[in-house]
Amino acid sequence: MSNPEFGSRVFDVDAIRADFPILQRKINGNDLVYLDNAATTQKPNQVIKSLVDYYEQTNANVHRGVHTLSIEATDGYELARTKVAKFINAPRPEEVIWTRNTSESLNLVAATWAEANVGEGDNIVITAMEHHSNIVPWQQLADKKGAELRYLPHNEEGLIELDSATGVIDYRTKIVAVTHMSNVLGTINPVAKLAERAHSVGAVILVDAAQSVPHMPVDVQALDADFLCFSAHKMLGPTGIGVLWGKYDLLEAMPPYMFGGDMILEVTYEDASWNDLPYKFEAGTPNIADAIATGAAVDYLTELGMDNVWQHEQELTDYAMEQILSLGSVRVLGPQNPALRGGVISFIHDTIHPHDLGTALDQQGIAIRTGHHCAMPLVRSFDVVAAARVSFYIYNTKSEVDAFVSGLCETEGYFSR
Amino acid sequence: MTGALGNMDDLYEAIILDHYRSPRNTAPVEEADVDFEVNNPFCGDEFHIQLKVENDAVAKVGITGRGCAISQASASLLAELVEGKSSDEVHAAVSSIRRLLKGEEITDEEADVLGDIEALAGVRKFPVRIKCALLSWVGLDDALKAHQTG
Repeated sequence: MSNPEFGSRVFDVDAIRADFPILQRKINGNDLVYLDNAATTQKPNQVIKSLVDYYEQTNANVHRGVHTLSIEATDGYELARTKVAKFINAPRPEEVIWTRNTSESLNLVAATWAEANVGEGDNIVITAMEHHSNIVPWQQLADKKGAELRYLPHNEEGLIELDSATGVIDYRTKIVAVTHMSNVLGTINPVAKLAERAHSVGAVILVDAAQSVPHMPVDVQALDADFLCFSAHKMLGPTGIGVLWGKYDLLEAMPPYMFGGDMILEVTYEDASWNDLPYKFEAGTPNIADAIATGAAVDYLTELGMDNVWQHEQELTDYAMEQILSLGSVRVLGPQNPALRGGVISFIHDTIHPHDLGTALDQQGIAIRTGHHCAMPLVRSFDVVAAARVSFYIYNTKSEVDAFVSGLCETEGYFSR
Repeated sequence: MTGALGNMDDLYEAIILDHYRSPRNTAPVEEADVDFEVNNPFCGDEFHIQLKVENDAVAKVGITGRGCAISQASASLLAELVEGKSSDEVHAAVSSIRRLLKGEEITDEEADVLGDIEALAGVRKFPVRIKCALLSWVGLDDALKAHQTG
């Protein structure tokens, strides 16, 4: 297996595009320009084939049988876990728990670790740029426990200044739960420094990495994170599967999240004892096929090299920011310096509402996101109720950015008639 | 209009764009009998609707809001329609517009009542936008019913 940062395959966008059947589709008579990658990414043949192969050749339940198919299914399922562990530089594969998605990973930590460790008068610290799924579980928990939910603010440019953490993170802080990269602003947050702050007061740090793991090298040990959550479908993998990574000792001490098959060691009529990690957190027949396909997605990204993926998106973001801002009719939310942000650009047009723009671009085959992006408080803080967003991935090109910008101009022309 | 956006002409008829740019009856209503806000949490569209009700008829209406061209134009058309109408006439008109947008037939008499509002029928080709067109209508209808049952 090659190093995930550098890759073994040349980063050739034309060759990459040829791996994605959906990019051949016409939308309303036009070539598809897919710029909604922060919502979900498209899937390459390698991932689709891994799903088909599994169901055609291997399908069986895991961790149960002594027959060949069950052994092969188990091996495939566990190999995928090992690939994910290596991808994020986790010390041990047992620290990788399969979940349904990032939301379930976050809820798992809130319902187990935080349930056991957050008490009355304690506080939970999140940022003001979180996705709803990293706000609501903490609101509920704080309410239930009589704890306080605190927000790390960001400045006008959408950046968190570490000075502002002073007085927010304090000796009553039990957990700091922050997004690594904002799905609205594109901001990349100083997670390693926040981890240092959290640890200095005895708190743990959870990283919502749904928007970072797919797009940049992420090393849980370098970040010194305690928990890290992400979804496969935002990184070429299938929907319905996600990851919770946690430090071994923390996971080991946590109570189970759900009860059922596979997560038990021994059951009597009176009692039960819990299985070892990671199975303690994987009750019932797991999502075997999608876990294996997630392994295929990780292989694909590893071959490209995450440094190359990041570099490609930085070039596109840099180019797109320049093109969009040169229009003069658009306000971009978040950092204006492309080096401080990932490949997510949310913007507001002076006169065209995001939904009208979304419909007009769709007529031209261009898929963008419009609305509150599951971050209502954040979007409202910019005094708007909705924004438009373009977000890039490995298969996007500068000529697609051009198509988007010219589609935007076409739309301006249409509405000023 | 021709070109890539030609298909949008059904959605954005001239009358719709006119109401979007110059919404009618946006002034606040003093001593309103019905005063409420309605929003669509999924897209963020929101309206503040006020009504003065006299002798079971809408004497005065004021609607302000934020949202897309379809939702804003639809609310403006609504504001123009309901002034002077009895509660029953308003409920009937809301029923007509619901059926129109669902693609069901409406009678010639109903079409006469709706007048310009029939321009909204183009939304039918863009199903995800139907909720934009209906938001203010459904909100006003519910609020008026609540007012009647007091």
